[in-house]
Amino acid sequence: MCSTCGCNQPSDAVTITLIGEELNAQEHHHHHEHGHGHDHHHHGHGHHHTHAHDHGGHHHHHSHSHSHHEHEHGHGHSHGKTVVELEQDILQQNNLLAERNRGFLEAKNILALNLVSSPGSGKTSLLERTLKDLREEFSCYVIEGDQQTSNDANRIAATGAPVVQINTGKGCHLDSDMVNKALKKLRPTDGALLFIENVGNLVCPSLFDLGEGARVVIISVTEGDDKPIKYPDMFYSSDLCIINKTDLLPYVQFDVEKTKEYALRVNHHLKFIELSATSGEGMEQWYEWLREKASP
Amino acid sequence: MHELSIVMSIVDSAREQVAKHQAARVESITLEIGALAGIEPDALEFAWEAAVPDTVLAGAERHILYVPAMAKCAGCGHEYEIQQLFEPCPQCGEYFSDLLQGRELKIKTMTLMAND
Repeated sequence: MCSTCGCNQPSDAVTITLIGEELNAQEHHHHHEHGHGHDHHHHGHGHHHTHAHDHGGHHHHHSHSHSHHEHEHGHGHSHGKTVVELEQDILQQNNLLAERNRGFLEAKNILALNLVSSPGSGKTSLLERTLKDLREEFSCYVIEGDQQTSNDANRIAATGAPVVQINTGKGCHLDSDMVNKALKKLRPTDGALLFIENVGNLVCPSLFDLGEGARVVIISVTEGDDKPIKYPDMFYSSDLCIINKTDLLPYVQFDVEKTKEYALRVNHHLKFIELSATSGEGMEQWYEWLREKASP
Repeated sequence: MHELSIVMSIVDSAREQVAKHQAARVESITLEIGALAGIEPDALEFAWEAAVPDTVLAGAERHILYVPAMAKCAGCGHEYEIQQLFEPCPQCGEYFSDLLQGRELKIKTMTLMAND
């Protein structure tokens, strides 16, 4: 079964396609790379927590717990039981591969951005305009993530930028393995900008590091201005918040300042850019941000 | 439903440990999950039931240690427990804070059963 979508049917397969070179390569993508956890082997007790965060005498109360069972460590040594103290991040596989992607991108001086948002926030339109406007200045590459269709990738391909479409099937997010495979097809050049348009979903993608240099959350003024506190995880994990479709502000009940205030409550390091990919207003600020981030 | 991906990652780790220690199956597993790790306990339960049968984790006891989320106020430095990322400091009312703990998502231990 595929670990991303839990599928076992070919129709749900994750497919990764370089637009323009569709060789009807329907490759089902499984990630079963296996890790190198450092595990210590303990027989019996030895239940010593070493914690990363130990803040000035503040200790965690682990058993603050709603855990229903007592731990039983080491029922004897002789019954062929082994207690393995893993202390391993559950997403370790994803995180390890994300770091490999990050290393690859850094070595090539490529700025990779993970663009996350709800469906319909205007990610693809923003990208289309950005790719056209920056065509002379940067080599741009795009990885498009959607559950189905290559509609978005086709829109991007029309701007002339090389683009790989990842269809996640039933999967609700991109992961670092998909991006790793997509990079191998895309083969971006040194100094490029890489835009990774994640699956439209404000929840699941927040957990999955892809190896990006920065995460950009996009919200449009046609959405609720309390989105940052309804979906705090995504705003917490992002570096930049783009407020899109500002040309529609006269027609909608959306309080830009309130949204910013909510988002800052969740993540006070967040930066904001207000723009309209349709009218072009504010785009220059976005390009400035990109230039600054991209400069080595 | 990223919980399914999470459970599948746990199954992969369990399979790997069982192979490494030449065990037969996992008797029990202890997970550590932060209050703000983005995991819904019900969704995890559902995914667990869907994904775990026929794996080395089938029948394993699952213990979950929930770690409360703690934040440090960016204004006065007070450390306090939060249920959500945007809770104000109970001492000074400041909204800006940095998370100290609560996003843990870990496998702490597994007890493996050997072949008899």
